[in-house]
Amino acid sequence: MRRRWSWPAAGAAAAAAAALFPLLVARPTWQNTAILMLMTAQLGVAWNVLGGYAGQVSLGHAAFFGTGAYVSTLLSLKLGVSPWLGMLAGGGTASLLALLVGWPCFRLKGHYFAMATIAVGEIVQALVNGWDALGGAVGFSLPLAENGFWGFVWGRSKLPYHYIALSLLLLTLLVNWAVARSRIGYYLRAIKDEPDAARSLGVSLTRYKLYAIAISSFLVATGGTLYAQKELFIDPGSTLSTSLSIKMALVAILGGVGTLGGPVLGAVVLTFIEEASRIVFGGTGRGTDLVVYGLLIVLIAVYQPAGIVGFLRERWPAREAGPRGAGARGEGAT
Amino acid sequence: MSAPLLEVEGLTKRFGGLVANEDVSFAVGAGEIVGLIGPNGAGKTTVFNSLAGFFAPSSGEIRLGGLPIAGLPPESVAALGVARTFQIVRIFKSMTVLENAMVGAMLRHRAVPAAARLGYEMLRFTGLERRAHEPASRLTVAEQKRLEIARALATGPRLLLLDEVMAGLTPSEVQEAVEMVKRIRDRGIACVVVEHVMEGIMPIADRMLVLERGRKIAEGPPAAIASDPAVIAAYLGEEYRAPGA
Repeated sequence: MRRRWSWPAAGAAAAAAAALFPLLVARPTWQNTAILMLMTAQLGVAWNVLGGYAGQVSLGHAAFFGTGAYVSTLLSLKLGVSPWLGMLAGGGTASLLALLVGWPCFRLKGHYFAMATIAVGEIVQALVNGWDALGGAVGFSLPLAENGFWGFVWGRSKLPYHYIALSLLLLTLLVNWAVARSRIGYYLRAIKDEPDAARSLGVSLTRYKLYAIAISSFLVATGGTLYAQKELFIDPGSTLSTSLSIKMALVAILGGVGTLGGPVLGAVVLTFIEEASRIVFGGTGRGTDLVVYGLLIVLIAVYQPAGIVGFLRERWPAREAGPRGAGARGEGAT
Repeated sequence: MSAPLLEVEGLTKRFGGLVANEDVSFAVGAGEIVGLIGPNGAGKTTVFNSLAGFFAPSSGEIRLGGLPIAGLPPESVAALGVARTFQIVRIFKSMTVLENAMVGAMLRHRAVPAAARLGYEMLRFTGLERRAHEPASRLTVAEQKRLEIARALATGPRLLLLDEVMAGLTPSEVQEAVEMVKRIRDRGIACVVVEHVMEGIMPIADRMLVLERGRKIAEGPPAAIASDPAVIAAYLGEEYRAPGA
């Protein structure tokens, strides 16, 4: 019975803490870290719709993130469209791209699907790198001109970005929750568990995987627009890199794949580890984050495939459901 | 007399040089129980996979209510009213017992609460309602097989394909399974039953089909099949005698 109220209560407390944080902590670097954490969490939750619930591990989601960043930036620079509308346009474009990519890729299973998504991510990155109309390798800068809410640019205070990032995360969680409780959510879990059995019950695998990737890529793209507006600079390296794709997967896997709050926990832990490693190793190179990713993947795979949420469930199992974590997944931990 | 529910004509399935089914023909009427028996490797599960849309036949016709279904994908065949269980159980292990049944019910009930109601009803039908909220992975294999039946029934089928649901059950469990198949038939659902447990299928089948090396070698009422010399030689052996034979 305890889990009935303890998880929502923990979630509400975390949301309240996140809302109060920038009011209590004034140091800009810490404020920036908090925004980074919220943005990473949002991406992990969005990735989880496809990778967690449907079990289709994508390592090319940066392509959708970049789509969101580039579409809103181009619309804003060339046509003066508000980045808020650009965010929706970016989401729609990313969903279309996702459907185009998903159609052939979903014919592949397991590792082969993951490898195909890596290829897609790399292709999109190479394409933008070599395409001058898309800024090439140089990328785009957005002017630092405050223009009210619709301008989506704030130079003096980080606060608006913090609350936009928090709102986007909450919205993404809400979508995730609604999907999980709907018929689509049940079907996605069925597809992940036993695809053939799901088909025998009338579930079209391709159709529901396409739903999942369309939703997931839309949400990831909105995160891309937020990134572009916060940094006011985008290039292929910062918005389309494979390490960004891996990061999205990693926060979800670290926190707990296929759970609502897991990716948020994963993002908090990962961001702490990254910042700590940056302090310890200084600016010696960009390689340290990849070392950290690799180490975490090995640790999770060996000791706790169900992630942090799985670990918590083992320690405090829900009474009515019995020792789910311990019985089903705990073999690796002993 | 109207056309039978299921008509299979000249069904042939080849895998490269291997012929798994060759020129198999039979029909199943609405609400009929048909047993499908034969030695291991005779092609029984291949027939099921072709009927349920998992294999596209190399040649031959399959009609459901007069409509050709050969080559349609499993999800379409399911929507037309064919449900199946699997020889090696394939329940959704990350879900509860009820959620498993709900996935089946969602084929015809899009709203989650309606699917939950129907799913629960099917659990009651199969005697699993007391375990509804437990993780499905905690069920025994016998219970998991019943859950597969509940899940299949929740799709609202006209034809149910049961693949060795009695294998590995104790005699009293076999008896329960026999009763369940009869109750399924009483709901107007036709059943094709692949089975090695003769005590389970012989007493309830309206007709038996016997496969050997991919071909149909006999068809008829259980008593006639049990005394058919060709069937005894190919499969039953001398030990089995049909009740009353």
